[in-house]
Amino acid sequence: MAVASKLIENNFRMNRLPHIWCPGCGHGIIMRGIAEAIENLGYDKEKVCIISGIGCSSRAPGYMDFNTLHTTHGRALAFATGVKLANPDLKVIVVSGDGDATAIGGNHLIHAARRNIDITTIIFNNNIYGMTGGQYSPTTPHGDLGTTAPYGNVDNVFDICRLAEGAGATYVARGTVYHAKQLEKNIENALKNKGFSVVEGISICPTYYGRKNRKGNAPEMMMNLKDTTLDKKVAAKLPQEKVEGKLIIGEFVNKSQPEFCEEYHKIVDKFTKED
Amino acid sequence: MSKKKNVSLKTNQAWCKGCGICVAFCPVKILELKKDKIHITDKEKCIKCGLCELRCPDFAIYLEEEENGQ
Ligand SMILES: Cc1ncc(C[n+]2csc(CCOP(=O)(O)OP(=O)(O)O)c2C)c(N)n1
Ligand code: SF4
Ligand code: SF4
Ligand code: SF4
Ligand SMILES: [Mg+2]
Repeated sequence: MAVASKLIENNFRMNRLPHIWCPGCGHGIIMRGIAEAIENLGYDKEKVCIISGIGCSSRAPGYMDFNTLHTTHGRALAFATGVKLANPDLKVIVVSGDGDATAIGGNHLIHAARRNIDITTIIFNNNIYGMTGGQYSPTTPHGDLGTTAPYGNVDNVFDICRLAEGAGATYVARGTVYHAKQLEKNIENALKNKGFSVVEGISICPTYYGRKNRKGNAPEMMMNLKDTTLDKKVAAKLPQEKVEGKLIIGEFVNKSQPEFCEEYHKIVDKFTKED
Repeated sequence: MSKKKNVSLKTNQAWCKGCGICVAFCPVKILELKKDKIHITDKEKCIKCGLCELRCPDFAIYLEEEENGQ
């Protein structure tokens, strides 16, 4: 008797499921989306390597039936850079959290973007450090609560997409777990880009961010994603007052530029061909 | 998304964590939780849109191709 869909059976380590994420945690929706995007593109599983740091989100590769590497907090991109340079034929995917990618791993993120190395980074943004119990992260909105901000967060947020774009990423998109199908399409396009791609997947953490900030249960948090976001193409046709305060989702950057490994190997070839 | 071809709705209660996401967003409202586990109230009404499968964080509800087609 089958216990899951073909997509799950084909792409996951069935003996590791069900996963340990909390009821209603959005991370499972993004993880499924990654698997479906890979399957849609028909990649050979042996040629895919999924790498993560530490966090609830970073546990995803443990469930996924590909070459996988679970590394240290914030450093997935450093490991991924090594993996990609040594194996340029591998499709390298990094799975990260908002804390993992933009706090402790923030410098790795901007420099990987600057280099335009062919890695697709998928950031599960739940606006909090989920794994360690709800400390604020660089994407916790100003004024929101965290265990480390009991009177409200005084910091301002990073806009992950603008950060990635400014640093030089050649594919940048934002989606949400409510808009799961579009998010999956973004991941697919990110994988197709030969260069550094960042997909910000807005997730939900009902257990910490949700409970601390009275955002309701999982379905209510999903509904909130629907109500507080606007597609970029829709927003472009609306008057400014209707766009104000909404989080814009969609594709922001998709361009072709020289890729780091190719440029690097050009130099190597120069010398190896001479003798 | 799956069209209305030869697919049928399946659930895996062992994996369901009772989050209620699929229940809230089923367009024809045929899903419910009983003791925190997913139940289908009227399978005949399912329009096979696949939204439940797409948003279930635990892969506990899905559309499956029928083995012995029409
Ligand atoms: C070097 C180091 N510092 C701190 C930690 C503790 N730590 C583990 S996960 C985490 C934050 C995770 O947050 P995020 O990346 O947003 O992932 P989430 O759990 O929210 O999915 C922290 C601070 C650690 N494991 N290693
Ligand atoms: S703590 Fe938050 S992010 Fe971690 S598994 Fe639970 S809901 Fe998901
Ligand atoms: S496939 Fe669509 S109609 Fe059928 S149960 Fe799922 S959400 Fe409801
Ligand atoms: S979305 Fe999945 S885990 Fe949540 S109630 Fe429905 S079947 Fe259960
Ligand atoms: Mg987080």
